[in-house]
Amino acid sequence: MLEMATEHPDKAKVPVLQSRGCSLSFGGLRAVDSLHLEVNTGEIVGLIGPNGAGKTTFFNLVCGVYRLRGGEILFQGQTIQVGSDSSPAFSWLRKRVGLKPYQVARLGIVRTFQNLRLFRDLSVVENVRVGMAVRLRYGLVSSLFRSNSFIRDEERLNEEALALVERLGLSSWRNERAGSLPYGEQRRLELARALALEPRLLLLDEPTAGMNPRETQDVMELIVEIRKERNLSILVIEHDMRVVTGICQRVVVLDHGVKIAEGPPETVRQDPRVIKAYLGEE
Amino acid sequence: MLSQQLVNAITLGSVYAIIALGYTLIYGVLKLINFAHGDVFMVGAFVGLYTISSAYLGLPFWLGILLAMGACALLGIAIERSAYRPLRSAPRLAALITAIGVSLFLENSFQMAFGAQPRSYPPIFPKEPIPWISHHLGVEMNFSQILLILVSAGLMIGLQAVVQGTRFGRAIRAVSFDLQTSQLMGIRTDRIIVLTFALGSALAGAGGVLYGAYYGSIDPTMGIMPGIKAFVAAVLGGIGSVPGAMFGGLIMGLAEVSVVQFVGSQYRDAVAFAVLILILLVKPTGLFARYQSERG
Amino acid sequence: MKGNRLATAAITLMAAALFLALLNWGAHLFFGPYGRRLLIAWGINSLLAVSLNLVNGQTGQFSLGHAGFMAVGAYASALLAISQPEGFGPFLGDTGSYLWILALFLAAGSAAALVGVLVAIPIFRLRGDYLAIATLGFGEMIFVIVLNLPATGGARGLGGIPEHTTVLVAFGALLVGVVIVKNLVGSRFGRAFASIREDETAAEAVGINTTKYKVLAFTVAAFLAGVAGSLYAHHQVFMVPHSFRFMKSVEIVIMCILGGSGSITGAILGAGVLTMLPEWLRLQERFRLKVDPRMVIFSALLVVLMLVRRQGLLGNRELSFSSLRAAIKKLGKNTLDRKGIADA
Repeated sequence: MLEMATEHPDKAKVPVLQSRGCSLSFGGLRAVDSLHLEVNTGEIVGLIGPNGAGKTTFFNLVCGVYRLRGGEILFQGQTIQVGSDSSPAFSWLRKRVGLKPYQVARLGIVRTFQNLRLFRDLSVVENVRVGMAVRLRYGLVSSLFRSNSFIRDEERLNEEALALVERLGLSSWRNERAGSLPYGEQRRLELARALALEPRLLLLDEPTAGMNPRETQDVMELIVEIRKERNLSILVIEHDMRVVTGICQRVVVLDHGVKIAEGPPETVRQDPRVIKAYLGEE
Repeated sequence: MLSQQLVNAITLGSVYAIIALGYTLIYGVLKLINFAHGDVFMVGAFVGLYTISSAYLGLPFWLGILLAMGACALLGIAIERSAYRPLRSAPRLAALITAIGVSLFLENSFQMAFGAQPRSYPPIFPKEPIPWISHHLGVEMNFSQILLILVSAGLMIGLQAVVQGTRFGRAIRAVSFDLQTSQLMGIRTDRIIVLTFALGSALAGAGGVLYGAYYGSIDPTMGIMPGIKAFVAAVLGGIGSVPGAMFGGLIMGLAEVSVVQFVGSQYRDAVAFAVLILILLVKPTGLFARYQSERG
Repeated sequence: MKGNRLATAAITLMAAALFLALLNWGAHLFFGPYGRRLLIAWGINSLLAVSLNLVNGQTGQFSLGHAGFMAVGAYASALLAISQPEGFGPFLGDTGSYLWILALFLAAGSAAALVGVLVAIPIFRLRGDYLAIATLGFGEMIFVIVLNLPATGGARGLGGIPEHTTVLVAFGALLVGVVIVKNLVGSRFGRAFASIREDETAAEAVGINTTKYKVLAFTVAAFLAGVAGSLYAHHQVFMVPHSFRFMKSVEIVIMCILGGSGSITGAILGAGVLTMLPEWLRLQERFRLKVDPRMVIFSALLVVLMLVRRQGLLGNRELSFSSLRAAIKKLGKNTLDRKGIADA
């Protein structure tokens, strides 16, 4: 059940994701430092930077895996995460300020994982069906007695799951154990599962990691198609500059938790600060 | 008789502390709750019985306790090698189940071998309270009690010195912090783990003999409750912390004696569980927490 | 459509009734009173194992305090029955006694489920080892509470419990329990459980409220364990709190693991081995031992299982006629292959 309190009248104008002054430290290390970032509706924005720059940390902050220290994060104009600094009253009560990961997902932000997190022992279709769980409504008693609404919902779910599996080119694998799939197929499965929630915003964490150029090209095309089909917005962490130049309209560069550059891919690529940040890695 | 109860609490707490020291060390390096630890304590007591009692080997006390420590060290190594090491890469739950299995195996096989009835420990030390103490401090303590407390304190100080001051200790701390990184840094992690196991088990063995000497009787299931209470003590003090284990042990002893005194002896074991649940829900990292996580 | 469903339901009920009747008839034909007591024990243990399996095997949360819920159900049912010796009898006669048994089940299950919810809510912020230890703690706390409540008779035990657990009742309850678990597992709830077991972080990331589902699995399991407790109480007629301690919880865990975590039929199989095999072997008599060696063997078995075959007998697959046929076929093919006979 998607929870939307009041919908902004001009939803297309409001950025789908806004990060205002987000900060988080681990011990003495500033993981994310006063980060201002926006993703507009329908955009594909790239998030790049050397290893340890805070990119995945940012995803974790948006999703509520890490608790935000300072600043706030808004989704379609609504606050979903608030820094514990900004609301001292709540932090001493140790109350959870902001949404938990499952709530963020239900709201319409779905993320994938850098190191793939599939339900390995479940089949491909089952993985996708789990993603669709948010849309099922039948209750406990219905499932125990196998009522009509149960049967109806399950059938509908199954059809939709199979359709999604088909769309992502995984039909021939549909009953195979997820853990037994080749790597490229596993990545597509994770994407399929994410799409099962009918998200508004996708957070993709290195979707082409470990792929050869052919596979990378396929995934790039897939992402662009899906974005158009479902009118999504996408924030993608990537290391592969071909992907970034190929699909991103805008790029944000992080280094040591700080945004050091922002703009179209070509411009950012030639920005001396960016080059220095990446070279500095070596 | 509040101070007498205090003395009893410290005595009891010292037993728990000795066992807790082993728990905390082993959990530190292996990240495993060694359920069998309380039963190693029991084995130590039995070895002590058979070495010291004049009905069997009749050896002097100090030799008996050393033999018990040695036997338990070997037992600990055997357990680690056969039951825990093969499961190093397995899901943690598998190792936990195995630990439970080993614990039950020890208890039940000793019951089969030695019978379930309690055995009396040879009267190693005089049971009478030492007059000097009764006169000057107003409480009753006998020699075995003092020995227990002193040995426990000594072990903690010694252990803390080893862990903080020696290379071996530093290696233990490194492995406790991050196994993989320690390996990359050239530490022979397998060796460290085995030695830690041996050390922790030897401590438990010593505790078993001291327990038998003080309380006068042992049986194959004697390790269960003290084992659980010592585990709670270790968690209370912060698992991985040597002074924490000592502190936790004393608190557990105090809590138990207090509850028996003020509420009733039927709740003596329940205290441990109540404390455990409280700690796990309120501050799972314990009072002297070592390893924090950043999870929001 | 509706008429069709009604017909299926009716047929299923009749099949179940027939199955139970056959079972009952067989139990009386092939077994004496002692054998039937053993069968009932198997039924009760099966229900316990199947319910624990929901938590351990399906949802991947390790519970070491399951016997506590059994205790709650046992004492709730026993005390209720003792205080109402006539039950529904005066009103409904024979059917009344079955309805009364059902009422006792519901009371026992609900009491256990209530305790289950109370335990589950604080406990599930813990993970792994610590969760297991916490469940152990709660199980023992329940024991201590039961031990010290005056109404339960404490250590001296509770006697005079009306005996009405027959083979029919026990296996009827088991059948219902299995259906509940099976239907739950095959629904969106079961998928949620499985996702939590597979990867909790991923489950959260796809919108599953993991805490809610963990509590749900735990509570349903507690309910069924409570019913098992009721069966136990009205079978034993006299019981002591010490039957519901950590040892019992471990026994149930062994049954689940032996049969295969995540498999319903596996749990029943594991319960069967643990209940029936020791009696059948009668090792203590045979080797003239002082003490029953069953716990030594089971604990060694537990360790060996973990080292050698962690998935137990069935893993997380179910035993069914089709899978049996497939297994036999595979066995046959392997033997043929080895003999060098080519596949047609």
